[in-house]
Amino acid sequence: MKRFLALALVAALPAMAFAQAKTDVTLWTFQDLHAQYYQSAAKSWNAQHPDQQINLKTEVFPYDDMHNKLLISLQSGKGAPDIADIEISKFPNYLKGNIQLAPLNDLLKPIQKDFIQARLDIYSKAGKFYGLPFHVGADMMYYNMDIMKAAGVDIDKIDTWADWVKAGIQVKEKTGKPMTTIETTDQWSYWPLISQQDSDYTDKNGNITIDNATNVKTLQFLHDLIYVQKIAIPTPGGFHHSEQYYGFMNDGGAATVWMPMWYMGRFTDYMPDLKGKMAIRPLPRWTKGGKRSAGMGGTGTAVTLQSKNLDLAKAFLVFAKGSREGAIQIWKQLGFDPARWDVWNDPAMNETNKFSEYFQNKNIFLTLLEVKDEINPVNVNANMVRVIDQIRQKSFVQVLGQNTKTAAEALHEAAVEAAKQ
Amino acid sequence: MRPRRLLNREGSAPYVFVAPFIVAFLVFYLYPIVTTVIMSFQNVVPGQTTFVGLKNYGNIISGDFWDALRVGLLYTVLTIAVLVPLPIIFAVLLNSGARRLNAVHRALFFLPSLVSVVVAGTIFRLMFSSTEKSVVNAVLKLIGISPVDWLMGGGFQAMFLMVMLATWRWLGVNLIYFLSGLQAIPEELYEAAQMDGANIFQRFWRITIPLLKPTILFVSTISIFGGFAMFEESYIFWQGNSPNNVGLTMVGLLYKRGFAQGDFGMASTYGLVLMVIVFALSMIQLKLFGFFRKESRNA
Repeated sequence: MKRFLALALVAALPAMAFAQAKTDVTLWTFQDLHAQYYQSAAKSWNAQHPDQQINLKTEVFPYDDMHNKLLISLQSGKGAPDIADIEISKFPNYLKGNIQLAPLNDLLKPIQKDFIQARLDIYSKAGKFYGLPFHVGADMMYYNMDIMKAAGVDIDKIDTWADWVKAGIQVKEKTGKPMTTIETTDQWSYWPLISQQDSDYTDKNGNITIDNATNVKTLQFLHDLIYVQKIAIPTPGGFHHSEQYYGFMNDGGAATVWMPMWYMGRFTDYMPDLKGKMAIRPLPRWTKGGKRSAGMGGTGTAVTLQSKNLDLAKAFLVFAKGSREGAIQIWKQLGFDPARWDVWNDPAMNETNKFSEYFQNKNIFLTLLEVKDEINPVNVNANMVRVIDQIRQKSFVQVLGQNTKTAAEALHEAAVEAAKQ
Repeated sequence: MRPRRLLNREGSAPYVFVAPFIVAFLVFYLYPIVTTVIMSFQNVVPGQTTFVGLKNYGNIISGDFWDALRVGLLYTVLTIAVLVPLPIIFAVLLNSGARRLNAVHRALFFLPSLVSVVVAGTIFRLMFSSTEKSVVNAVLKLIGISPVDWLMGGGFQAMFLMVMLATWRWLGVNLIYFLSGLQAIPEELYEAAQMDGANIFQRFWRITIPLLKPTILFVSTISIFGGFAMFEESYIFWQGNSPNNVGLTMVGLLYKRGFAQGDFGMASTYGLVLMVIVFALSMIQLKLFGFFRKESRNA
């Protein structure tokens, strides 16, 4: 037995020596696609940095689970990974007290100008950047061109929301189909529209503004689309990520939907029958010269202060999500609109892939470059988390789903309730 | 040598036997409870945890709190209303008749409680999905009722789903309690009653129910705990975001404040509030059932 053990040890030695040359880096995420992306980034990193080899260990947890584990491990000072994906609506939880994430400013300095600044700002506090974004999440209008054709609508003539509503009435009359669907249990129908108008759930200092005039007016606008003009319906299944909605939309149920760029992947994966029928345009403006998009959603990837190889982890993260090459791969592998806008007109972005085959747009990134300077940052803070909780759970259901409260009443209640917490 | 002698002494044996429990109690119960009490007076953030006095307690009352309390109370009352009488009836039926068949039935009733609530909840969610093709809506359609939006439709549908899942899951467990209760009732009582001309219903009301009282008391007490502590069922149905808070329970609220909003101090406060509520309700219920009266008479 002893001899066998000794033999095994000798046999294992070279393997151990080899493994020791690589530094272990752990990464937690809640999205398997992200994990695959990081693994491929680690491969390129190792190819380019022979003296700083890493052995990336990605662990994928369910969304809530991962954020909980991370929160507890940072709170207790033990057990956190080197790198972690943190979803935007959870990010403020990690910016409380002595921040347990590492600022990335030193590595970001030379490349900061190539980013859509708003997307770095959302993961920052007091001038320090703690998270790197995957994408801009530019909100776009997705048009079903079969329905548009049947209704005789020219989508390039739609400039303002008033034009869009007029087109919607035409669509309803000619085809009997709703112009769009509006989420009642999630926020993607609402948030981009107020962000377009320079409003938000909170102001820069974190004061709750959910019941300001613009926000009330905009929720009333969505309400009226459903109950006054009758050109919209509450989203089947409650939100645009429900199985029910995918089936409904795939069958040509509604003429349009506005969602961020990253929603393209949902079309290609869950709505195969719309292939070749969809076209993407910027959102209509609210006023002449108004903004035509908004940056929505996101994942800020951060390095924790518990990392034993802090500098290496930071360098790898910036390589994976901040480099030009990384940005191009983010589009190619994940179908996201990378937050580094300097790659948007790179020829690599215009290569044929499943997205360019699916949508009618010749070059999706030309559409994006049009609206590059029309994207506001959203204010990410602890009150934002509370407001989102209230409106997703109550206001939208009451105003849009059940039509039991006016926009003003519901948003006022949400503001009061969020302030109490 | 000395420690062994100490261990071998007859007097120390009881302490050795209870030591595992004491240690487990201190580490896994007392320590967390004490910490929770302390945290309920704090604003807990990394590296800068501070005492904030009664601030968390001042913030208890909110719209969400009333919603959670209402849902929790209604859920508890309904589960007790279903999960006490129903298992008694089944237990009485299973306690009579063919023995071998009963064993099979007992196992069948008990099976659901062995299934993970996550698995069961997911299956329920699919069965009760609001499409016309979901199992339940398809059946409703067959008997001429239009499809129901179970998950998003409103408070009534939501409560129905939660109570339904609880019933499916706990019926078998309560059944076992009542069966063992029934088996402790002497057969002679029934025979004597029968000779005196009591019919089957009279025997049930006058003998079975009164003699099952301790079991009923026990089951309804643990149902109060279980009802207010309910979390997984609602979480599986709505992932923590039920429309209009139709599925928000006290533990759901605690979870939301603690983990979704990162406010562990407030979450601890809600934990203690929940404990007080459950304790008070149990006391009231035990008093109403005369539990303490009996104790004092025996003493």
